[in-house]
Amino acid sequence: MNEFLTHYAFLIVPIIKIAILVLLVLTVDAYLTWLERKVIAHIQSRWGPYRVGPHGLLQPLADGVKFIFKEDPMPAGVDKIAYFLAPFLTLMLALTSLAVIPFGPQRFTIWGYETHLGIADVNISLLVLFAITALAVYGVALAGWASNNKYSLLGGLRSSAQMISYELTLTLSVVGVLLLAGDFSLRSIVEQQAQSGKGLVSWNIFPQIIGFLCFFTAAIAETNRVPFDLPEAESELVAGFHTEYASMKFAMFFIAEYTSMITVSCLCTILFFGGWLSPFPVSWTFTQFLPSVLLIPFGLWVLYDGIRYETIFGRLLLPGVGTALLALGGALLAYPAINGYIQGPFWFFAKVFVFLFVYIWMRGTLPRFRYDQLMSFGWKFLLPVSIANVVLTAAAILIWGKH
Amino acid sequence: MTAPLIIFFVLAALAIFGAVSLILQRHPIYSALSLIVVMVALAGLYLLMGAEFVAAVQIIVYGGAIMVLFVFVIMLLNAGLEERTNFSGLATYAGIPLALAVSGFIAAAIARSGGYLPAPAPSGALTSTKTLSMLLFTEFVYPFELTSFLILVAILGAIVLAQREN
Amino acid sequence: MVPTNYYLILSAILFGLGIVAFVFKRNIITLFMAIELMLNAVNLAFVAFSQSLGKPDGEVFVLFVIVVAAAEAAVGLGIVILTARNRHSLNVERVDLLKL
Repeated sequence: MNEFLTHYAFLIVPIIKIAILVLLVLTVDAYLTWLERKVIAHIQSRWGPYRVGPHGLLQPLADGVKFIFKEDPMPAGVDKIAYFLAPFLTLMLALTSLAVIPFGPQRFTIWGYETHLGIADVNISLLVLFAITALAVYGVALAGWASNNKYSLLGGLRSSAQMISYELTLTLSVVGVLLLAGDFSLRSIVEQQAQSGKGLVSWNIFPQIIGFLCFFTAAIAETNRVPFDLPEAESELVAGFHTEYASMKFAMFFIAEYTSMITVSCLCTILFFGGWLSPFPVSWTFTQFLPSVLLIPFGLWVLYDGIRYETIFGRLLLPGVGTALLALGGALLAYPAINGYIQGPFWFFAKVFVFLFVYIWMRGTLPRFRYDQLMSFGWKFLLPVSIANVVLTAAAILIWGKH
Repeated sequence: MTAPLIIFFVLAALAIFGAVSLILQRHPIYSALSLIVVMVALAGLYLLMGAEFVAAVQIIVYGGAIMVLFVFVIMLLNAGLEERTNFSGLATYAGIPLALAVSGFIAAAIARSGGYLPAPAPSGALTSTKTLSMLLFTEFVYPFELTSFLILVAILGAIVLAQREN
Repeated sequence: MVPTNYYLILSAILFGLGIVAFVFKRNIITLFMAIELMLNAVNLAFVAFSQSLGKPDGEVFVLFVIVVAAAEAAVGLGIVILTARNRHSLNVERVDLLKL
């Protein structure tokens, strides 16, 4: 058995990693919908989901059950192959794009096979990511075309035009980062930002602030989120390209959208905000205890809130969660080895969470663009600015060198 | 049979399947999808040969831009099933023999050239992007500038064509 | 280890299929796709030769071919849209005003 594992570890380990990542991402997607509804509700002075489970925490579960058991009607006159292909393609590409993202610095060995946090470590991971994003437009375009519905077709047309236009900006805005790093590998882009050891100061965001703003704007347009959600503008196009989709097929579009939000947040973190690097200088070793310092008060608060909760179920569940968080914080204090190991992933996911929050925040704040505004903004403002950023960065490197 | 050879045959079969499907499909959107399959398979073959940058560009530009443009136009014009009309005289009498002749000519050339080719480079010899870009901006800088001019002309041409006459 | 000849034969087959598609298809857009298919076949041969000779020049040529294909698609599809607008058909046989 052991010999078998050692021999086939190169096959088994990635499969296990993929399974873990997919499960993790699907769970995070589900709770992202909960977070989004809660945050937007509070922005709009409402309570948001509150009925299913304490603080509505079981709402994603209820939604999932509903998605699976709902009737899945197929409208008349659809193009069957394309109609089925579109949601699968969209979800598959969204999940695949996560494969090249490194989540932490460590390498470890399982059954004699050396591996790392993340699924694939390729030389051209950034290009692979862009290639996968580039194909994502077909899912939306096909869904719109195959549905035999004029709202869907309009949504599909809008989305293909929008995605082609903003992809240019998306690609050009990272050229500055590539010039600084001199490599397409996401891992070496992060490592390049660690070189000076001064923490926050050496992140790419400072020399590349224009690039970051262009990138984030274009990325929001690529993921079809507010304020660029024209393909599914519900006040004009019913639901845009997924009007005719119900049940699990609709859920696939939904999951794909949230997954690409996660991918974009990871990419922003890696390219501009130092990936898994701590924002503090290397010499400040006491910042290692930050995870515990955050976890323990949060656990205490959940415990306190849970004891006073209205329903009995909540009074049982919430203190349990609080105790678990407390125990986790305590364990990190007690075992410095584990604490040291999770530093990288902790900072990575903390930064990703901030970006996801910004996404939701923007949805609660900004109105939708008009179609012609969207096009002229993309072509006449964002694209020239990102080209100027490339020229400026190149000139600066030529004059002052890389650091 | 080694692993690269198996991957080659799978990808080659996929590419040929896509090309045949492009001919047999009657709806242009399915032809376009078949062509995308060919392009992705070719990108896989480029990776197999170690040309990683070209593989990525193949998918980003061909798959993500050119073919999206085709799909966009097909959707915009709402193209239906292809009409089956009679072939023109040229196509009937000269087309198929010509296609066969060209394919045969190429195949014969390849079969003859087998001896002249040096042994293939060891697979996994990656062409680094740096080498490629150095070449592009030193030895090939003149054609490179010319292509940028070509793109400018193409943009102008597309704008002039798309403009409605007043 | 894949012999270079295999790539070249695949390239020839794809090119031939491209010619067949160009001759047999009647839809203008599909004809364009046939041209793209032939360009792709040529690209495959370029990369195969470049790898076999150990010189990256061929890969640079592929980049140029891709640029030309992009320019061609932009102008060509503009023409297709105009033709479809004027002739109300995408069939090449119906675009025959220049025919005697």
